[in-house]
Amino acid sequence: MELFSALANMTGASLAQHLVNGISLGSLYAMIAIGYTMVYGILLMINFAHGDIVMMACYFAFFGITVFHIPWYLTFIGTIVATALLGVVIERTAYRPLRDAPKNSVLISAIGASFLLENLANYLFSGRPMRFPDIPLLSSNISVAGVQIQAICLFIPVIMILCLFVLLHIVNHTKTGMAMRAVSKDYEIARVMGINIDNIISITFAIGSALAAVGAIMWGIRYPGITPYLGVMPGLKCFIAAVIGGIGDIKGAVLGGFILGMGEILIVAFFPMLSGYRDAFAFILLILILFFKPTGLLGEKTTEKV
Amino acid sequence: MSLLRTENVMMQFGGVLAVNNLNLEVNEHEIVALIGPNGAGKTTAFNMITGVYTPTQGKVLYMDASGKERDLTGKKPSTIAKLGVARTFQNIRLFSDLTVYENVLIAKHLHLKSNFLSATFRLPWYRKEEAAMRESVEALLKEVDLWDLRNEKASSLPYGQQRHLEIIRALATSPRLLLLDEPAAGMNPKETDELTDFIRHIRDQFGLTIFMIEHHMDLVMEISDRIYVLDFGMTIAQGDPESIQNNQRVITAYLGED
Amino acid sequence: MLTDKKKIILTLLALVALFGVATFIQTEMDSYIRRIVNLCLIYAIIGLSMNLTNGFAGQFSLGQAGFMAIGAYAVGIFTVPVDLRPMVFYATPMNPAISHIYLSMPQALLLGGLVAALVAGLIGAPVLRLRGDYLAIATLGFSEIIRILITNASSITNGALGIKGIPALNDVRYIFVATAITYVVVALLINSSYGRAFKAIREDEIAAEAMGIDLFYHKNLAFMVSAFFAGVGGGLYGALLGTVDPKNFLFTLTYNFLLIIVLGGMGSITGSMLGAVVVTGGLEYLRMFDEPMEIMGVAIPLFRPGLRMVVFSLLLMACVLFWRHGIMGTREFTWEKFFSFLRHPLAFLRKKEVGK
Repeated sequence: MELFSALANMTGASLAQHLVNGISLGSLYAMIAIGYTMVYGILLMINFAHGDIVMMACYFAFFGITVFHIPWYLTFIGTIVATALLGVVIERTAYRPLRDAPKNSVLISAIGASFLLENLANYLFSGRPMRFPDIPLLSSNISVAGVQIQAICLFIPVIMILCLFVLLHIVNHTKTGMAMRAVSKDYEIARVMGINIDNIISITFAIGSALAAVGAIMWGIRYPGITPYLGVMPGLKCFIAAVIGGIGDIKGAVLGGFILGMGEILIVAFFPMLSGYRDAFAFILLILILFFKPTGLLGEKTTEKV
Repeated sequence: MSLLRTENVMMQFGGVLAVNNLNLEVNEHEIVALIGPNGAGKTTAFNMITGVYTPTQGKVLYMDASGKERDLTGKKPSTIAKLGVARTFQNIRLFSDLTVYENVLIAKHLHLKSNFLSATFRLPWYRKEEAAMRESVEALLKEVDLWDLRNEKASSLPYGQQRHLEIIRALATSPRLLLLDEPAAGMNPKETDELTDFIRHIRDQFGLTIFMIEHHMDLVMEISDRIYVLDFGMTIAQGDPESIQNNQRVITAYLGED
Repeated sequence: MLTDKKKIILTLLALVALFGVATFIQTEMDSYIRRIVNLCLIYAIIGLSMNLTNGFAGQFSLGQAGFMAIGAYAVGIFTVPVDLRPMVFYATPMNPAISHIYLSMPQALLLGGLVAALVAGLIGAPVLRLRGDYLAIATLGFSEIIRILITNASSITNGALGIKGIPALNDVRYIFVATAITYVVVALLINSSYGRAFKAIREDEIAAEAMGIDLFYHKNLAFMVSAFFAGVGGGLYGALLGTVDPKNFLFTLTYNFLLIIVLGGMGSITGSMLGAVVVTGGLEYLRMFDEPMEIMGVAIPLFRPGLRMVVFSLLLMACVLFWRHGIMGTREFTWEKFFSFLRHPLAFLRKKEVGK
């Protein structure tokens, strides 16, 4: 019954509203999912701390603008650089020493790094939610064809696609990108071929984290309440998005991000009584995809060598 | 009647045809060797027989202890092991952190009848089974001179001993068919000789049938009743050692065409 | 050489002695100490349960918080006296189908354990085919799903309000007995043929399967037994707190037990016991980091709320980075080692030199 009433009440304008929400959330997920998929492609590990890197980036931007009164565009550039550095530092301290250790140890270290960032943020910035600063133009609402939307929603998908093109160019047409692909294909052979693996891994973390920072800034403008734990759920969901698309595949991560973002918004829109279960949707999708197509939508089938 | 038979078995990985139309037959109490250049699909054939891979096409048939022919295609490796097919691996796969004794004792688990509750609470029938398992492991280890090393970690054994232990562990499952994947790999001539005797010995003592992949031609020619030669996933020759040695196609496959 | 019989007698004597200690703590110590000891014992139960899947069967599961929640809610729903329930469920009345069912504490604990095991069995089918990180994220996901279901099922669980008024259980002896039972059962299971099969799977799944060990059955068995004890432990946890709330069972709770098993040694049950003592005691001790501190009259500005968890997460990382095998590795306490230590207290030092 509720479903019918929900459908009946849905006007063209509110449907457009939901689609805009879905596209921006999907784009944000995609931005973050790329970082997971790149790291997994190369190191075969979940960078559990990636969601918390997003959180830290939000705080960087917050402090830059609200506390230090740096112009917002300079702050954004600074945030991207600082976040990229943070990603590299995490890789060097928490993951590199365990390069030859069992996979579970790396996983535990990643969980530790994630937990540390959350607790550190909680300790340094206090657990009280803070308000991401309003950015001129981007934060305000505009009316497009009778639909009220936040201006940033128009930019989110455009920036995401721009980033995606730049990234694909780097991966497919530069020497560094070639080395990255070689490392993800076969670690050992890449090492023998004289590729400096450590450098490539650092670059991967830097790029992934920089994208996370771009995502985080847009996230902050879109959802201005920032807390030390804001990265936890998006982090888990974006990893799931990467798995849905086919882990290791950049376009797959974007696809997965969109499916997840759209799915979440539309399910709540069409089935309001399920809104309490919104966070469960991603996990259910994960289980389904792992059960029916464990390599993800765009992933290739691989067979374990015996 | 044959103990193991494959019928037009085929294995495809993506675009690569690893094994094509393989028809093998292994009779009871035979020692049969599977040879061929690297990448010919030998280990893939083993993996299909033991259930690690499910063949893309074709059937793997096996005669169980009651004389009934069973279709092994697509069965789980553990089910196949329970039916009496044991194996070793090309790149030794021992339980490296566990002791020699535990490695062999674990191989007895598949015949355990008590459920986990009887086992946990040490009910009398479980205690009896456990004692029997330990007794037979002790006998086996003593017989193959590994008893003194029983408390050593498997990974601490020298390479040759590890290969040896892997065969013993497979034997402990009381198989009827034993698949050995390059048992002599990395062994020196003296060790290879000992291995030759050992394989014959276990075949006779346990009434086994042995099917093995091997590169040491001395060993293969001395021990095998029959030989299959695989190249690019296809059988290019089969027969007794002498006929294989003189087979032109086999020689070309190994030495390349001039 | 000690015979098996002697070892069993020694173990029983040790348990009796420890029960004496528990009684002493219960009767002579203040409630603060009792609370810490209880928490420590409960954490030991859950640490043991987690070690069963993660340390012995080698399946990296992060679902403990979810299974604990099931156990805790079994206690919360069924042990609150029937006449008090309308007051607890003041926002959404309790579903009439269960509002008159009352269970005693042991019954509720057992129910919680069984339901947790059942849920684990259902989850296990899709999840246990996954390896490593995927399994970790999927179990973590299920733990969150369980929490979300609990939050939304208001007529059964009172939703986000949580259930208050659970009869307090602050008896060290009671919880000690539960821990002792868990310890003995897990130890017996680990040392049975099934336990050896778990270890085989941990060491090498493909070889284990080739030896006739059914991966799915054994992984699921370890997972369900683990969930059972996590459920019981969660029930005790709820009873100790006297209140259950979905927020108590965030997946970060699981990290406590992760630290316990890593610190104690993945694959060592005596290690888990030690880990539980060190982690629970340590977390209590670290509380001073959250308080303002003065050294020689000078206030140290670093000490304020939140520092404790920073130190906690640093410890988890330091442990895995520098001390991967933890206190015990996969070794266990044995009576032989104990007596040889008593005879030659410094022998282990010498042995190390010879080894080098």
